Amino acid sequence: MSQPSISKSMTIGESGLAAVFAVTAFLCVIAAAKALDAPFAFHASLAAAASLASVFVILNNYFGRPAALPPQEINGRPNYNMGPIKFTAFMAVFWGIAGFLVGLIIASQLAWPALNFDLQWIQFGRLRPLHTSAVIFAFGGNVLIGTSLYVVQKSCRARLAGYLAPWFVVVGYNFFIVIAGTGYLLGVTQSKEYAEPEWYADLWLTIVWVAYLLVFLATVIKRKEPHIFVANWFYLAFIVTIAVLHLGNNPALPVSLFGSKSYIAWGGIQDAMFQWWYGHNAVGFFLTAGFLAIMYYFVPKRAERPVYSYRLSIVHFWALIFLYIWAGPHHLHYTALPDWTQTLGMTFSVMLWMPSWGGMINGLMTLSGAWDKLRTDPVLRMLVVSVAFYGMSTFEGPMMSIKVVNSLSHYTDWTIGHVHSGALGWVGFVSFGALYCLVPWVWNRKGLYSLKLVNWHFWIATLGIVLYISAMWVSGILQGLMWRAYTSLGFLEYSFIETVEAMHPFYIIRAAGGALFLIGSLIMAYNLWMTVRVGEAEVQAPVALQPAE
Amino acid sequence: MSFWTRHQVFEKNSIILVVGILLVIAIGGLVEITPLFYLKSTIEVVDGVRPYTPLELAGRNVYVREGCYLCHSQMIRPLRDEVERYGHFSLAAESMYDHPFQWGSKRTGPDLARVGAKYSDDWHVTHLTNPRAIVPQSVMPGYPFLAANEVDPDTIADHMRTLRMVGTPYTDDQIANAAADMKAQADPDNPGADAFAKRYAKAAVRNFDGKPGAPTEMDALIAYLQMLGTLVDFKLYNEKANLR
Repeated sequence: MSQPSISKSMTIGESGLAAVFAVTAFLCVIAAAKALDAPFAFHASLAAAASLASVFVILNNYFGRPAALPPQEINGRPNYNMGPIKFTAFMAVFWGIAGFLVGLIIASQLAWPALNFDLQWIQFGRLRPLHTSAVIFAFGGNVLIGTSLYVVQKSCRARLAGYLAPWFVVVGYNFFIVIAGTGYLLGVTQSKEYAEPEWYADLWLTIVWVAYLLVFLATVIKRKEPHIFVANWFYLAFIVTIAVLHLGNNPALPVSLFGSKSYIAWGGIQDAMFQWWYGHNAVGFFLTAGFLAIMYYFVPKRAERPVYSYRLSIVHFWALIFLYIWAGPHHLHYTALPDWTQTLGMTFSVMLWMPSWGGMINGLMTLSGAWDKLRTDPVLRMLVVSVAFYGMSTFEGPMMSIKVVNSLSHYTDWTIGHVHSGALGWVGFVSFGALYCLVPWVWNRKGLYSLKLVNWHFWIATLGIVLYISAMWVSGILQGLMWRAYTSLGFLEYSFIETVEAMHPFYIIRAAGGALFLIGSLIMAYNLWMTVRVGEAEVQAPVALQPAE
Repeated sequence: MSFWTRHQVFEKNSIILVVGILLVIAIGGLVEITPLFYLKSTIEVVDGVRPYTPLELAGRNVYVREGCYLCHSQMIRPLRDEVERYGHFSLAAESMYDHPFQWGSKRTGPDLARVGAKYSDDWHVTHLTNPRAIVPQSVMPGYPFLAANEVDPDTIADHMRTLRMVGTPYTDDQIANAAADMKAQADPDNPGADAFAKRYAKAAVRNFDGKPGAPTEMDALIAYLQMLGTLVDFKLYNEKANLR
């Protein structure tokens, strides 16, 4: 294929992207100069700098690369593109630790409000979106993008489509995170839960996400396998649906093209319904469908067993994505949303229990004949426990969506506990398990630096989760009961502040649980770092175990 | 041909799979969301709900900026304890001009849907500056910086114009006088106070932060908090007509 006489020229992607970034840099400089508010000026300057850096990197790479682009195959085997995946693995660990740390800080702020320091940039209301976005979109998003780009290549036996496009996706996505996160600290927010980024960040994310869909889809299309592997269905559903949700929930009109503030097109009740249609399906498609894709690839791979039931995966895939989208109104029980919508939401949420457990069963039963590995392989144990947490959360969720239960649980910490049993137990553990698999694979290491440290991570984090969710269950139910408690004379028994006071010990326990989870992730970071640096440690060498902190 | 063989059309053709996914996920959203735009019973028919005054709007933007909704709901449910604790349950009409809605999902602090006129301005100033000065067990952050930030009367008309484009019925008169109205609402001695009161029914004209000088974010936020839930007169509200 490669002809030595080939003359070097820029690809359309290289010249086009360089030109677009050059123009973007120019426009961003103008926007920064004309900015109406300081955060917008800051973000425009950041974008200008990033655009210039992109132009430089593209040109520098062009002059340094050989004339021919990397081949699709080497000696008949696919020439997989691992660079962007390494980048996302690194960013996932970084954002994970950052997100857990901010979570610990805001948990502590609720226990000890003096930690807000009366400073606007770090008060709870601004740090809380930073925490949720950092763990969901930055940590979870990098895990999802990284694993999807890995799985799609391996299961299609094809090199990732595009030369610069995969890099545009992974770097562009992380730039979105930086814009969103710094925006929160500076007070730039739409104040729509889990959709806080303002209009310009949303626009940028749209561009990146479309590129992501195209890269993924183009790789699927050039696959060497006749069938699309089940994990890729889930990844596709995740990518496509998140795009739809993002566009549906975020149409906003900026006050000025040179300012950060915008007003959302939807108002009042319609905005509420759009928001929770989006919000619950950020859970359903980002935190569930995407991570189920991880389960469908990494659990069989690690257990060295095929997926338990192919037919179950078909049924549960279509049922899951069909039913999930209806579940949003259970966030709005007893509100001004019409009753018919609430009832629909509740009904479908309860039905959702079935496909959710279909997925859980398919994941767990994949271990048939390999259960003994749980004793020896802490990574597999992490993956399996994550599926168990998934099963638990997807039972708890439908239960909480029943209106009577919801009348007690809504507005309380029970919701927070529910979210975290899913987020820490399911999403966190399945991500850690995937990272523990992925890092040795993409860096060509024989195995992890230390399985013992994985074991430590597993137990410390599990203890943290148990502390966290049980504290939130107790505080949530306690608060719900205190709000509705009446004296024998028919008066409300507790003032609101008495219920706040009653939460204090549980907030401390919760923060302790979060601290343990953070410590676990630091152990993971050390372990992965050493895996990349020195590869698998000698099994014989007795390593005196130092709890890494 | 069995069902499982038929399903291979999705497994072997990525575009058909994407189209299938799109169709399947579209149904739920379409059924639940679109009727809310045309069913007349969705939003109650009430008197009194009006768009925010310029100062209240600026205050609402502070509320949005600081993420108050993360701890305070603005949605009273029709449950006995909530109605007794906070007042009449919230109506859809009461938030119909809210872009974005701020119903919230968590009550680390109490619901604010009817906090208006419940406490004095002075209480709010002290409480926002240092919540524990008034409520020792409170876990709310302090917002002393609000008193130091002035709100900008010159740009508020642009905000109102944008809101009008997304459906808030601001009149030309209200937009033309936005800057003057903003100053007037925070200053009872302002000559424009009467004209302002005519443009916005039931709007309070007070020096909300109790300090002389241009209106601050403290003025604006308190003006917003003090009007929350006060627009509908429930003595006149026809509950039966809006039963749904």
